[in-house]
Amino acid sequence: MCVAVPAKIVSISGEEAMVDFGGLFRTISLLFTPEAQVEDYVIVHAGYAISLLTEEEALETISLLDKLEQK
Amino acid sequence: MNLMAKYKDPSLFRYIIKNMSDLSVQPLTFMEFCGTHTQAIFKHSIRKLLPKNIKMLSGPGCPVCVTDQKEIDHSIALSHLQGVIIATFGDFLKVPGSDGSNLQKARAQGADIRVVYSPLDAIQIAQKNKEKKVIFLGIGFETTAPIVAASILKAVKENISNYYVFSMHKLTPPATKAILNLGEIKLDGILGPGHVSTIIGSLAWEFLPSIYNMPFAISGFEAIDILKGLESLLKQCIDKKPQVINTYSRSVKPEGNTRAINTMFEVFYEDVAHWRGLGAIPNSGLSIKSSYREFDAKHQFDIEIPDSKVLYSYGCQCHEVIRGLIEPPECRYYKNICTPDNPLGACMVSSEGACSAYYLYSYE
Repeated sequence: MCVAVPAKIVSISGEEAMVDFGGLFRTISLLFTPEAQVEDYVIVHAGYAISLLTEEEALETISLLDKLEQK
Repeated sequence: MNLMAKYKDPSLFRYIIKNMSDLSVQPLTFMEFCGTHTQAIFKHSIRKLLPKNIKMLSGPGCPVCVTDQKEIDHSIALSHLQGVIIATFGDFLKVPGSDGSNLQKARAQGADIRVVYSPLDAIQIAQKNKEKKVIFLGIGFETTAPIVAASILKAVKENISNYYVFSMHKLTPPATKAILNLGEIKLDGILGPGHVSTIIGSLAWEFLPSIYNMPFAISGFEAIDILKGLESLLKQCIDKKPQVINTYSRSVKPEGNTRAINTMFEVFYEDVAHWRGLGAIPNSGLSIKSSYREFDAKHQFDIEIPDSKVLYSYGCQCHEVIRGLIEPPECRYYKNICTPDNPLGACMVSSEGACSAYYLYSYE
């Protein structure tokens, strides 16, 4: 029930955005993440973005994971 | 680049498992609260791959599973009213009522029941069917409740007067406390729900280390995310330093999503809620404020549902599965009478229920 998946914002019109779930496109609401911009990744649950994925954080985690792997 | 690919990397997965195996510790039991974690843990065979001294239990984090029998009966009764359309998440269709009925059977008998992805879809149904009353069955935790609240505010804004919500929403920290207060199972750490925490924030869980001395690690839902969360719990146990560790910081902030929280509490207030398996827990549910009463299906439709005479009369053991007292295969009906196609209990209905996940991805 708390399934939420990342999607990339393709376009924004007012409070709504068209997002790309890896090939599946859908209109969602940005009510809870009004700061989101086109090209940002958001986590979407039941038609609403519930968080703006910070690419910085995601990349930082990935680089930590990379370091782990190289050990 | 695909941000998520790394979080599914099998070689990295094996590397973290090996790291965990190298840490020699006494047997530990961790519980995942969230049903989406339950499903992911089974899907990725994490239970099987973990070091043998780490045992996982599934908690009360599947909303369909913990919904009280009376509320299920109430939902089915609403579907039989004349001129009503029920809008619901698909998980809820097959949950058995106390008389053996369910929403799917009600639909076969002529009730108008629509499965929706979002309450926004239910609003659209209301706009297209002005002569009907559209009731959205509001189940879910803090992840979902702000969205349902937003749908009511949208109905206000757009002057939609045939939209109603039957709120069965529940709050996760009080249920976590209830499980610990019961003291029936000994836990060494809790894997924190990533999307509930995205809304309520990591700070909302500080009571676990401070009051219960309980290690807590918030985790995302990819295989690597879950392992990183479990690895954090393991380290906290070894260091004997229980904390709230946020391993899903790409989505979870300390304060959560304050806009979503404010929207939720604009429409709802904390109220006593009845949980399957846990009973009545104060301030663990969300009811609609009187200022939005015209949208509250509990007030707008006059239905009296009797208390179920004998709970668990047919011997369903979902209430024991939810509290972590038994594993699904220990239930007398698991896999013989109770299957996902023909579920006897709620834990077999939802894909997030422990029994369903066990059935679909078990390793025997």
